[in-house]
Amino acid sequence: MTRIIVVTSGKGGVGKTTTSAAIAMGFAKKGHKTAVIDFDVGLRNLDLIMGCERRVVYDIVNVIYGEATLNQALIKDKHCENLYILPASQTRDKDALSQEGVGQILEELAAKDFKYIVCDSPAGIEKGAHLAMYFADDAFVVTNPEVASVRDSDRMLGILASKSRRAEQNLEPIKEYLLLTRYSAERVKIGEMLSVADVQDILSLHLLGVIPESKSVLTASNSGIPVILDEKSDAGQAYADIVARYLGEDKPHRFIEEKKGIFGKFFGSK
Amino acid sequence: MSLLDYFKITKVSSASVAKERLQILVAHERSFKNQPSYLPQLQKELLQVIQKYVNVGNDSISVNFEQDEHQETLEVNIVLPDKPR
Repeated sequence: MTRIIVVTSGKGGVGKTTTSAAIAMGFAKKGHKTAVIDFDVGLRNLDLIMGCERRVVYDIVNVIYGEATLNQALIKDKHCENLYILPASQTRDKDALSQEGVGQILEELAAKDFKYIVCDSPAGIEKGAHLAMYFADDAFVVTNPEVASVRDSDRMLGILASKSRRAEQNLEPIKEYLLLTRYSAERVKIGEMLSVADVQDILSLHLLGVIPESKSVLTASNSGIPVILDEKSDAGQAYADIVARYLGEDKPHRFIEEKKGIFGKFFGSK
Repeated sequence: MSLLDYFKITKVSSASVAKERLQILVAHERSFKNQPSYLPQLQKELLQVIQKYVNVGNDSISVNFEQDEHQETLEVNIVLPDKPR
């Protein structure tokens, strides 16, 4: 069975594309045939984060309008043979996507035995964002520990619960997961940042994982390599944990509390 | 301000302020979540019709939408003036 995952947030700049690239690579590296689709028509960036920007020939809008086949538009990832990228159009109008067209592409991917389809949603609640979440089975709600992001995530949860295919057809609702990104345990400790518990109190979501604020995210996007491939980095490991947890492995949460200093390690202080 | 005040830790952390603000806001916004989108327009047009006949102010009409498992209720409340025109 194909599982469709939307990576969404409402607010921009919280790490949706970074997350989409990382988890898609994570699924593929675990041996699952995975596609990752950019729904941000007019402002595509997934191609850059995945490092395939120079190999884009056709895009999702070309497929919807019959100007290219799905096979022609899918870009095979250079790091992992199980991973394919479907880029968004950079030149077309953002209303060029249609529900019917997107539905057909997802069906065709399912018929090609894709196990996971990751839909990278644009910011906002307009058409691209709506279509990215409409067919989803699961939603990864990417949130920063910051007031605007938390508020927008809550708004997005309302839309997931009322405007999706599962809601409209009275099916089992979309499973929603919280990914708290750009988290600084140090700042939480001194009361400068909302904690995981604070955000969960407000959004009441199942926590899939915390991604710490990390230099490695920018380094990864600079070079067009999903951060999960940087196995030494904290953010890379956090994403690997998230993929493993989603796939049912039991991984204790990390990066929520401040790292113990050398004294803490020796003397076992809490 | 006494000298002792310097030693009191009364400063509230900005994170707890953020949490409190969010809790209030989110609760408020959730109460509107399932309301039909025509509600503000309905309220406006109802007011226009009523003002044609009765001298009521803009604040004297309220439209509330409530929903439970079994039914949806639309409640329209108009406060009429003491002396009709």
